[in-house]
Amino acid sequence: MTLAHLPVLVVVVPLIAAPVTLLLRRPGAAWGIAAAACAFSFAAALLLAAEVAARGPVSYQIGSWPPPWGIEYRLDVLNAFVLVLVSGVAAVVAPYAWRSVAAELPRDQVYLFYTMYCLCVAGLLGMAATGDAFNLFVFMEIASLSSYVLIALGRDRRALLAAYQYLILGTIGATFYVIGVGLLYLMTGTLNLADMAARLPGLQTTRPVLAALAFITVGVSLKLALFPLHLWLPNAYTHAPSAVTALLAATATKVQVYVLLRFYFSVFGLQLVTETLPMPEILLALSLIAILSASLVALWQADLKRLFAYSSVAQIGYITLGISMATKEGLTAAVVHLFNHGITKAALFLLVGGIALRAGRAGFDRLRGLGHSMPLTSIGIVIAGLSLIGVPGTAGFISKWYLVLGAIETGRWWLAGFVVVTSLIAVAYVWRFVEAAYLSAPGKRTPAPGESPPVMLVPAWLAVAACVYFGFDTSFTVGTARRAAALMLGEGP
Amino acid sequence: MSVAGHFASHYSYWITFVLMVAGLYIVIARGNLMKKLIGLSIFQTSVYLLYIAPGKLIGGTAPIVAPAFKVYSNPLPHVLILTAIVVGVATLALGLAIAVRIREAYGSIEEDEILAADRDGGERV
Repeated sequence: MTLAHLPVLVVVVPLIAAPVTLLLRRPGAAWGIAAAACAFSFAAALLLAAEVAARGPVSYQIGSWPPPWGIEYRLDVLNAFVLVLVSGVAAVVAPYAWRSVAAELPRDQVYLFYTMYCLCVAGLLGMAATGDAFNLFVFMEIASLSSYVLIALGRDRRALLAAYQYLILGTIGATFYVIGVGLLYLMTGTLNLADMAARLPGLQTTRPVLAALAFITVGVSLKLALFPLHLWLPNAYTHAPSAVTALLAATATKVQVYVLLRFYFSVFGLQLVTETLPMPEILLALSLIAILSASLVALWQADLKRLFAYSSVAQIGYITLGISMATKEGLTAAVVHLFNHGITKAALFLLVGGIALRAGRAGFDRLRGLGHSMPLTSIGIVIAGLSLIGVPGTAGFISKWYLVLGAIETGRWWLAGFVVVTSLIAVAYVWRFVEAAYLSAPGKRTPAPGESPPVMLVPAWLAVAACVYFGFDTSFTVGTARRAAALMLGEGP
Repeated sequence: MSVAGHFASHYSYWITFVLMVAGLYIVIARGNLMKKLIGLSIFQTSVYLLYIAPGKLIGGTAPIVAPAFKVYSNPLPHVLILTAIVVGVATLALGLAIAVRIREAYGSIEEDEILAADRDGGERV
């Protein structure tokens, strides 16, 4: 009975938790509700993913109104996978936030943090679960507005400016998206994604549909921080509270990648995207520039958090690179990297948050000799850093492997070489941390010996363990990604 | 159809696009945080028109199911835009709130002055 309502409960529980935390006003109670809601969503997402894997797509009709009139939640292998990633990261970050947020925010604002946290998680999950284009816009704005607030809660006054810039660019992105949806609605008369896809053939070369594709591409690319639309990201990630950076870096841009995949392959279709318009070529060029330029910029950052923020822009480039191939291997790589990069960045930002707690911030001058004063944190960053590079035995290797396979499959050997060579730049920026933490004598700004509290260290190490685990057992990640890729290319579920 | 006739029959779209481009231009070209938000608001408002105008039929009534009423306007775009207006109001309110906080922290709402203040080492940890 309740099991039948899981597709909507996974979104509604965090959504309801938000006003409850607001009414409770007590930091401890608010935290408990938020953490419980996230844990519930994670459990529900796992059940749903198992259900979808066993029995195929699940459709839920809100208020029993049949689609295309009512809003439909439709889960297939692709978005069930995204739900698991988002709710999983949210459930891991929530216990971490207990100490981290208490240290970074004034006590009277803590319960508001959890209200926004629940709203943000609900928005992201809703975007992944819904099968309705306009409902997706509403969830996009719920997630975005709450993340602007979360970023503005950062201690530094520059967090305010970062939140403002993100608000302006994010709103332009969302508005572009809604213009695109409006044009599609004018042409097809429906907002249900599956119904839209069914009505589009025959209209595919009309100008409004082509304009809709362009608007949605630009709008979603702004949100997922594709070069050159990534300018909001480094400041936002650097100045946001640690828990917020970990949540957003691991989930927000990934859900937008999912939206792009959904529109490209489920709504517009392969032919329109790859043949009528040169989307693969555009994505390929932008991805290559993103990977190269953001990796190089990351090398010169004086702050570890900012370094990993630029690295995120580069890693998103790898994901879009996989999309640009538009082949089974390429899409598999994109979906796997979406997940693997999510957990890798969650691990890194959670650990960096621990350093920020002990040292004030994660500038490189404070990292000297950190291998001795915070050994567990340091070794965790090194392991997650190896996953970022793509060393065999870590999750990052799996995604790079499929990316190289995809490049070879499409006959572009130079692209395989490019992936390997740019990974070397990642080696260089991770090495900067190793050099500071292990090969430098402690400076006067290095924190005194002592780890961050266990309530922060354990969630972070859970994410690190996931980075290693998914480097060996790929049946869940790669298995799901291959089925999702087959689904997107229309080869059946 | 003549060019002028084509223009006149699509006049609501022309208004929409002029507002859209003007709003976006203000957001990009102005350095004042308040003016940027005004531009953003104009930009969002143009989208409301984009949705609502095609839903209107000349001579159409409200969607009443009765034999006397044959032509009616589609109510769905109005409902959608009601939601979008709420989103727009929330965005504007949050943007203004952040602008107020920026004014308190930096003493200015001019983008170049704020960036200059941070460059001069106004770092606060």
